Amino acid sequence: MVGNAPENPNYNMAIVKAFAVCAVVYLVVGALVGDIIAWQLSFPSLNLNEYLSFGRLRPLHTNAVIFAFGGCTLMATAFYVVQRTCAVPLWSDKLAWFTFWGWNLIIVCAVISFPMGWTQGKEYAELEWPVDILIAVVWLSYMFNFVMTIANRKTSHIYVANWFFLGMMIMITYLHVVNSLAIPVTMTHSYSLFSGVHDAMIQWWWGHNAVGFFLTAGFLGIMYYFIPKQADLPIYSYRLSVLHFWALMFGYVWLGAHHLQYTALPDWAGSLGAAVSIAMIIPSWGGAINGLMTLSGAWNKLRDDYVLRFMVVSLAFYAMSTFEGPVMALKTVNALSHYTDWTIGHVHSGALGWVAMVSIGAIYHLVPRLWKTDIHSVPLVNSHFWIHTIGTVIYICAMWVSGIMQGLMWRATDDYGNLVYTFAETVVAMHPYYVLRATGGVLVLLGALIMLYNIVMTIKGSSSQPTTAAARA
Amino acid sequence: MSFQEKLEKNIWGLIFMVAVVVSIGGIVEIVPLFYLDNTIEKLTKEEDSIRPYTALEQEGRDIYVREGCYLCHSQMIRPFRDEKERYGHYSLAAESKYDHPFQWGSKRTGPDLARVGKKYSNEWHRQHLRAPRSLVPESVMPNYAFLEDHTIDDSLTERKLRALAMVGVPYTEADFAGAAAAVRGKTEMDAIIAYLQVLGTMVKFEPGKDYRE
Repeated sequence: MVGNAPENPNYNMAIVKAFAVCAVVYLVVGALVGDIIAWQLSFPSLNLNEYLSFGRLRPLHTNAVIFAFGGCTLMATAFYVVQRTCAVPLWSDKLAWFTFWGWNLIIVCAVISFPMGWTQGKEYAELEWPVDILIAVVWLSYMFNFVMTIANRKTSHIYVANWFFLGMMIMITYLHVVNSLAIPVTMTHSYSLFSGVHDAMIQWWWGHNAVGFFLTAGFLGIMYYFIPKQADLPIYSYRLSVLHFWALMFGYVWLGAHHLQYTALPDWAGSLGAAVSIAMIIPSWGGAINGLMTLSGAWNKLRDDYVLRFMVVSLAFYAMSTFEGPVMALKTVNALSHYTDWTIGHVHSGALGWVAMVSIGAIYHLVPRLWKTDIHSVPLVNSHFWIHTIGTVIYICAMWVSGIMQGLMWRATDDYGNLVYTFAETVVAMHPYYVLRATGGVLVLLGALIMLYNIVMTIKGSSSQPTTAAARA
Repeated sequence: MSFQEKLEKNIWGLIFMVAVVVSIGGIVEIVPLFYLDNTIEKLTKEEDSIRPYTALEQEGRDIYVREGCYLCHSQMIRPFRDEKERYGHYSLAAESKYDHPFQWGSKRTGPDLARVGKKYSNEWHRQHLRAPRSLVPESVMPNYAFLEDHTIDDSLTERKLRALAMVGVPYTEADFAGAAAAVRGKTEMDAIIAYLQVLGTMVKFEPGKDYRE
């Protein structure tokens, strides 16, 4: 079912190229800021001044990796996939470039806003109201172009990857608009329409679905196109794709409440969130199996296909973190894990292991095809693979240990029922793991820099010497 | 032709179905919170002295949000024995009903602050914010000495309170009239300390009473 339509010369590949290059640049930026704040937690004197303190840089890191790197990857891949699976060019080139410049303008606004301390104070939705309006407009331009391209398609069925992209676009529109509702005071300051418990529930409805739709559904769209394409095999099971899609669309929405267990959110809401979270293992693993089994009978390709290697490992991390998530949503586990570094570790097993790996794989698949050349250096891709994988594993393990240790130290009581540790003692105990985590981050950053170099050299080389690979695209 | 197949051939049908399916969970979990009476606890007159923040406290809260304090400090104590020992009585929804936005947080790189009010002196806070490691050598908190160099912009305070009134915080005309004067000449350090000192102090808990059903 993967669109095997002949290459149409009218396809807009320039927009895909632009977003793909931006994605790689923002991967470097996001990883750099992330690693800086990781070192700040290890050595607080690295908080150089008010503009570069942890509290202001952390939103810059999260927004850079999620919306700048993740967003550009999703825009590059969705625009690529929709044209090829619908066998028509994008509905509007002008609108696509509006999306491109608008999205980059938003990223520039973020780079200015966060060091200045202009924030709405809600995680992953920190940008102030004028930028929020811009995000809504640009996001809708992206969705509209995508939908109209599908409406114009020459194929009879809408390919599965596009369902996932579409689900993400619809849900993110809901989430962004509702969670960002605020009354402005100045251009750079506003107050959330909601307060306290209501604001908390709405924020985590947004927060977990930024994960569930932006970072999962969208990237599953990537998986459903690029894995079969790279392996040159059809998706393992169509029925499993249907189940995966609808269960994910229906189920993910409920999970936000598991971020608020034992808080002042009424217990029924938190428990409901936890119950659905546990059930979500089924569709998530269904999807992971669907991706992995697509390679059944073709495992030998892993030996020399550097793109597939990234994708297979990304699915392993997807399966791992979609198992870990439901476990952490269990009330007894959540009582320990909440507020600790375990949450940070979990997020990064998803972000570095799943999202980044599948994106990197897709970009390494795209670049030689888009520029009709061979990748500049395969050994550099392989180095990137190992450096990124090792960095991710170091990061996650450090956070597992520190998170569980933190949780246990906070609750430890002696024979007389007194607390064993002061809070300050638990902070000291985290130090070695924070250094280890930041070291893992250095590896991820190094890998991203290798990728940027390799991509730049590939693009430079493509203009001078067209190669045999030209036919492959 | 199955329903699924129809959707796969009709983009508008697919959009409609997805738009419906993804809205269900949110509606079920969020909407009832606005009309179920027990979402925010009912307190007796003796217990309840929850009030909107004063102009200075609200300015301090804005700085707390601006500096991203919520990224390392929660303001939500859970009903566990160790948290009661360390931080005090578990938090109520009523205690953050005037908090736009909420600042419950999701991470404790530093300790919970939901009941930090009145635990330390103003001088302690001033020194701790200036140079945290001068009082707590193990701390990894950034220095916030610069808060002393910034004076609150009193021209915005009334507008801030009016914006909060628009979203339901019961400020009065007297609050608006006195807003600018209440913060005039104060530093950001004064304001954030005023905010920290009021956290968790507005409910007088009755010992042994279960506030969560």
